Amino acid sequence: MIPAAFEYARASSVEEASKLLSKFGEDAKVLAGGHSLIPLMRLRLAQPAALVDINGIKELDHIKEDGQKLRIGALTRHVTIHNSPVVKEKLPLLAEIASEVGDNQVRNMGTMGGVIAHADAAGDYPTLALILDAEIVTNKRTIPARDFFKDLFTTALGPDEVVTEVVFPVANGPHKYVKFRRRLFDWAIVGVAAQKMNGGWRIGLTNVGPTPVRAKAVEEALHQGAKPEEAAQHASDGLDPAGDLRASPEYKKHLARVLTKRAINQAEGRQ
Amino acid sequence: MAVTQLVGSKIHRREDPRLITGHGHYVDDFTRQGTAFAAFVRSPYAHARVKSIDITDASKAPGVVGVYTARDFKGLLAGTHPAAPAFVAEKKYVPERFPIAEKEVTYQGEIVAAVLAENKSQAADAANMIQVDYEDLPAVMDLEKALEKGSPKAHLDGPDNVCWDFTYTGPEITEAAFKEADVVVTQRVLQNRLAPVPMEPRGVIADYEGFDQKLTIWMSSQNPHFIRLFVSGALGLKESQVRVISPDVGGGFGSKISPYPEDYLVPALSKISERPVKWTETRSESIQNATHGRGQFYDCEVAAKKDGTLLGMRVVQYVDVGAYHGTFGAFQPVACLMAGGAYKWKGISARTIGVLTNRVPTDPYRGAGRPEATHLVERMVDLVALELKMDPVEIRRKNFIQPKDFPFTQNFGLVVDSGDYDKALDKALDLVGYKDLVKKQAELRKQGRYMGIGFSTWIELCGFGPSAATAPATGGIALVESAQVRVTPTGSVIVYTGTHSHGQGHETTFPQIVADQLGVPYESVELRHGDTAEGTAFGYGTYGSRSLAVGGVAISRATGKVIDKGKKLAAHMLEAAEEDVVFEHGSFHVKGSPDKAKAFGEVAFASYGMNLPEGMEQGLEAVAYFDPPNLVWPFGTHIAVVEIDAETGSPLLTKYVAVDDCGNIINPMIVDGQIHGGIVQAIAQALYEEVVYDDETGQLRTGTMIDYMLPSANEIPPILLDKTITPSPTNELGVKGIGEAGTIAASAAVINAICDALSPLGIKHVDMPATPDKLWKMMKEAGK
Ligand SMILES: Cc1cc2nc3c(=O)[nH]c(=O)nc-3n(C[C@H](O)[C@H](O)[C@H](O)COP(=O)(O)OP(=O)(O)OC[C@H]3O[C@@H](n4cnc5c(N)ncnc54)[C@H](O)[C@@H]3O)c2cc1C
Repeated sequence: MIPAAFEYARASSVEEASKLLSKFGEDAKVLAGGHSLIPLMRLRLAQPAALVDINGIKELDHIKEDGQKLRIGALTRHVTIHNSPVVKEKLPLLAEIASEVGDNQVRNMGTMGGVIAHADAAGDYPTLALILDAEIVTNKRTIPARDFFKDLFTTALGPDEVVTEVVFPVANGPHKYVKFRRRLFDWAIVGVAAQKMNGGWRIGLTNVGPTPVRAKAVEEALHQGAKPEEAAQHASDGLDPAGDLRASPEYKKHLARVLTKRAINQAEGRQ
Repeated sequence: MAVTQLVGSKIHRREDPRLITGHGHYVDDFTRQGTAFAAFVRSPYAHARVKSIDITDASKAPGVVGVYTARDFKGLLAGTHPAAPAFVAEKKYVPERFPIAEKEVTYQGEIVAAVLAENKSQAADAANMIQVDYEDLPAVMDLEKALEKGSPKAHLDGPDNVCWDFTYTGPEITEAAFKEADVVVTQRVLQNRLAPVPMEPRGVIADYEGFDQKLTIWMSSQNPHFIRLFVSGALGLKESQVRVISPDVGGGFGSKISPYPEDYLVPALSKISERPVKWTETRSESIQNATHGRGQFYDCEVAAKKDGTLLGMRVVQYVDVGAYHGTFGAFQPVACLMAGGAYKWKGISARTIGVLTNRVPTDPYRGAGRPEATHLVERMVDLVALELKMDPVEIRRKNFIQPKDFPFTQNFGLVVDSGDYDKALDKALDLVGYKDLVKKQAELRKQGRYMGIGFSTWIELCGFGPSAATAPATGGIALVESAQVRVTPTGSVIVYTGTHSHGQGHETTFPQIVADQLGVPYESVELRHGDTAEGTAFGYGTYGSRSLAVGGVAISRATGKVIDKGKKLAAHMLEAAEEDVVFEHGSFHVKGSPDKAKAFGEVAFASYGMNLPEGMEQGLEAVAYFDPPNLVWPFGTHIAVVEIDAETGSPLLTKYVAVDDCGNIINPMIVDGQIHGGIVQAIAQALYEEVVYDDETGQLRTGTMIDYMLPSANEIPPILLDKTITPSPTNELGVKGIGEAGTIAASAAVINAICDALSPLGIKHVDMPATPDKLWKMMKEAGK
């Protein structure tokens, strides 16, 4: 379909992007990889008055090691993250997740910042950001992931705020992301991330609520020494997922439990 | 001289380099100078009264050429949407259909207004500004409820929701069979509604030149001559004033056979605006408005003896017609006539009920009625086997129509031309390694794993078709096929066919036939189609696996006529008697003296000269029509192996083998491609695809390709193919259609495998699409 008319400007620096956003006002949007925004515009579900294209801001496309941290530029594409030797070494779970986002076309265009800012309930990076206590850096401030995802497609970002970086801690212990979907290129029906870190488990769930969920009850049970299959029973504690064409709420809760068990087992090299 | 045989060779598709490198020509690739772009305003409601339409703002929007509502088309377009009798001779109620709604909309997507603007974006913007005041009405969605007395009606002024209720054979036909039965199994079998999703959505460009009163239409169609017939009629033009050009067509699957509202409105808009008008369907419009397929359910009972002998079947088919009768919507009841499958029955009682609902109309979709028949009978036979604890292979063998029985007149009087069902089954069992699989299944079951093996020993009828059957079905025009073969002075050959490829590879296969027959290089034979201004007076299009079995034979016959004339001329040139001239390997020579010869090219050149035999006209060309004496009857065996994840219910296809028989093969690679594509489409129906509307409001819930689950190559297991060859006695090429076979066969194999996998849980039947959440729920219920 054909999007409604919009203004377009290309920014060459973060300052310029921010200025352009303030100039265009509330109805302006940042354009990164375009793989969430443009489909919505084509269906006229989004009708921004202006797009500020950040694809020309080279300094936003980076992967930097910074002590015990990994700084991923907002404009870093999924494919770059997936192929990065640094990511593979320092945070292999992120490389794994990046390799399973959408299909080749999506991975060639979609960006870290776009997924984080878009805050789709089925977005994969937000789950990881949440459980690893990542930080979202903008042109104005640094926001802990736990304070960032507010609701479905809703974040703490202000109108002229641009995500510049997402900062993850280094974590290269046992890990697994189990993404349940019908088609290889699909979003997760339910996804479960498991990362062992500092001797404890971090468990996160994708698409079982409006925002990513950290499965604290599972983490706690594991900490108390429960077997993965026992601990995983807690994965659905407190969940109230919305049903859709692919899965009823009961099925999503069931998947949360089954996939949590699998994620932990597979992280530890068991099938 | 070494002779290369083209027929039977894996020649690469001639059209592929063009299509793959972006050198194809689809409708959207053309734009006439001075074009105005059309956008349509469609009803967001499934059923509503149109109270008023306010076009004030839209009319003043930038670039707008005009805004039009039903009234503007009233004087321009006459008649109603064509509804062919097809397989239902008598209809109860066929709602009138004008291409644009005036007072009442009856499905989500029905057009209520049109905009013309200087470019696409302006047209889309202006369409958004049109204010339509609707009064929401109850939507008719459930087929059974729609048939109840007092149900809301899909059309306010209709008598009820019954489009047809037609009994082919009453219950008395099966009375004896059911009396004799040791077991009777009963099952309701659903056929999920499917969206065709061709790679290229539809598109129409119309240029009405008022000065000479000529209309040229470019459109993506499987059936350009029929479109010319329908559109000229509606616009009050002679067929001769209208030219329909259908260039490269990017898939259709049946959805580009029948005319659509836009096919009338775009030419009418060109006439009103005196400009060329272009409309290209968006993907969302395509999923919403292209005629859907299937959308049925069946209530079926089968009677059998203890030893597995099938006795009788009773079937009632319920078809979701949609809001209007699709032009060939009454084709789907062919499922009733094919419900017996590859087996012998004492009797089959069959009734079809077409129900009007507030959904987009249904029409043929790859296989049209035959996939439904296969799915039904193959499911029912498995249920009988399960009841009798018989091997699914054994029950099939026991009831097959045998080679000695052909030609075999089945329960509805159709004559099955040929077959050898055991042979295909044996080959498929070997290919899949059945014995080992059965052992493996037993082991896995002990481990609590759910592995299943599913069969589909399918048959179909195709190659539409014989005039005696098809002329009454269309309301007059027999679906025979025409061909014209023209030889130029330098001996190159142009073949015109009335069929029209939308992915089938006709540009390759048909020249293979002609080049072999004429003994000329393949490269010097060109195929032309899809333009009503070229070739024969009428063509019949591509659908129902008819292009080779009907069109290919017409081409071969026209080629034969060219050879006959060439022979006369060659005899004259060689100063020999015509009876003494033989034609071999592209050369005419005198019997017994191969040196006294004239090459085909020499004869072609001479035919345009002056030294012709007495009474012979110049030129070397011929037209032939082929009216097939019967349909053709492909068959085969498909076997699917699945494993279902015990925890998530997720079905995984682990193996798929298919042994198909389409008689003689012109190009094995194209045949394999057709089978692959067909199988994938049926796997898609079995596991993924379903058009879902909200049960209450009639809102489409699967309007994008994120929600409408078209699988990709990743989801399809390797498909192992083999074949048997049983030439058709129906035509001299010995060929049968193969375009739909995969789709006809595969859904039953997949679902039978799933049912087999879940049989330890006592699950007997699973409906399509077998999604993980559905299976998980069934497994959970069964485990209780
Ligand atoms: C077929 C398909 C499958 C997909 N599957 C998955 C999947 O499995 N998992 C998954 O996580 N995603 C998936 N996606 C989404 C994909 O990852 C998108 O690329 C991503 O969601 C958005 O990133 P983008 O760079 O394309 O952002 P855009 O589409 O350009 O923007 C998305 C939103 O974020 C805002 N935005 C972007 N960058 C910034 C920034 N730096 N600062 C502030 N705001 C910003 C935009 O204004 C817009 O509102 C899929 C997409 C498609 C089309």
